[in-house]
Amino acid sequence: MEQVKLALRSALPFLIALPVLWGVSEVLRYYEFTSFQYILMMAFIDVILAVSLNVINGFTGQFSIGHAGFMAIGAYTAAKITLAARGLEIIGLPPGISDQVIFLLALLAGMCTASIAGFLVGMPSLRLRGDYLAIVTLGFNEIIRVVIENTSFLGQATGLSGLPRRTTLVWVGMGAMATILMARRLVGSTHGRALLAIREDEVAAEAMGVNTTGYKVRAFVISAAFAGLAGGLLVHLIQLCTPRSFTFVKSIEVVVMVVLGGMGSITGSVIAAFVLRFGVEALREAQQYRMVLYSMLLIVLMLTRPTGLFGTREIWDWLPRLRRNRAEGGAR
Amino acid sequence: MSEPILSIKDLQVNYGAIEALRGVSLEVPEKQVVALIGANGAGKTTTLRAVSRMLRPVAGSVRFQGEEITRLAPHEIVARGLAHAPEGRGIFLNLTVQENLELGAFLRKDAAGIAEDMEKFYGLFPILKERRHQVSGTLSGGEQQMLAVARALMSRPRLLLLDEPSLGLAPQVVERIFQVLRDISAQGVALLLVEQNAHKALQIAHRGYVLETGEVVMQGTGKELLASPEVRKAYLGE
Repeated sequence: MEQVKLALRSALPFLIALPVLWGVSEVLRYYEFTSFQYILMMAFIDVILAVSLNVINGFTGQFSIGHAGFMAIGAYTAAKITLAARGLEIIGLPPGISDQVIFLLALLAGMCTASIAGFLVGMPSLRLRGDYLAIVTLGFNEIIRVVIENTSFLGQATGLSGLPRRTTLVWVGMGAMATILMARRLVGSTHGRALLAIREDEVAAEAMGVNTTGYKVRAFVISAAFAGLAGGLLVHLIQLCTPRSFTFVKSIEVVVMVVLGGMGSITGSVIAAFVLRFGVEALREAQQYRMVLYSMLLIVLMLTRPTGLFGTREIWDWLPRLRRNRAEGGAR
Repeated sequence: MSEPILSIKDLQVNYGAIEALRGVSLEVPEKQVVALIGANGAGKTTTLRAVSRMLRPVAGSVRFQGEEITRLAPHEIVARGLAHAPEGRGIFLNLTVQENLELGAFLRKDAAGIAEDMEKFYGLFPILKERRHQVSGTLSGGEQQMLAVARALMSRPRLLLLDEPSLGLAPQVVERIFQVLRDISAQGVALLLVEQNAHKALQIAHRGYVLETGEVVMQGTGKELLASPEVRKAYLGE
């Protein structure tokens, strides 16, 4: 009984979100707000990326700038699977549902491969600190891109085209929801405590008995899995999978979101993802001055709020019931 | 006498080409306080770090409760009951007092025992209880040191390595800290204490070792060392 209750409680956010997201997407479709819906979906994908990167850069305090590399791995895995499964149907399911199931499996496969990559990159390199780690992750990002550009199986520089459009507002919304819940649960757990301890003082964390390398690798694996999810969702939205979508410029974009929102704040990452995505679109009016304005906006923000919009605070810190929960959690 | 809880044999540590420890051997008997004194750069902190494996020794062996721990990872050593309160306190400045203590109990699974111990240390250091929800960076130096000691004890160690607990503290606070160290020792926790304040350290120590440029140059009971003319001259300023 207790177990059923707990399971229901963790599924509750999804059960509420599903009809809401579906409703919103139907409304947007009815009024033909197609470009708005497209930007909204991109923003949700950015949320997945920013929140998952925050697990490494914010909670664990390790500076990774290779997030697009993990994205690429997830994206290519998912794309290859949906392409191979084109025209296939799962017996006993109507075609519409069968497609969705195959898409789900493709996304999960993408998460798996991306997390394996996270593990492989993490093992040797997480003994490094600060700038050195940043350089290694950047290098990894470039290696992935170069390998893809030279592998004919993955379509080389032209990439994979002709992907079915599977990503909908419901998919990205649920993905973002899962990422946020994962991050929130993680911070509140013993695991999360270990990550925060590593961020605050690695030597002291070690003295407390935290297996620092082990926890850093785990943070990398979790974060990479969700980057893979974002990659899979992205390519099934733009229906094209090319290495150009996963250059280090993309990685930097995500880092900017995390830093702007506040390293270690989930709320901050979510808001920064929305602000930046919609901001870039709103600045289209300014035409060729767009990127200049964008950069200036960032500089001004960092000068006035060096810890980001939220610092390490969360929106739920203002709710007294949940606040107490955080202050006394951990050792339970 | 039973086997010592910690025995170090011929421990050697190098920092690059510099030999920091050139074969240090010492023993901490079960439930006793051992002080390690010496001038700056003698290798006191290095010894502690090599024991808790924050550093990798070049040669020598460290045995804890009869088990060779020289090659274990730091977290495995903590799990065996050896805690280290590092120099400069090393508390998590952005976390609250309570969160710091919870992290001290990171490897323990018994929630009831953790809560009990936390109350016990709040009893030893009432000021920490008052400030339990305060971010520990806002504590005074003495309070931070108390927190560091309490946090190290949260793992229920059988041996505690303490690095300069009196560093930069007011005499009254130093007095308080040493009082607590006596209490802890009376409860059966062995202490290996590194101190600049040789006088205070030797007063509570059962045994003492004097370290000079990476070697043990003198050893004896706390009283003997306090009485020895060399120690008095070199470290007690007489």
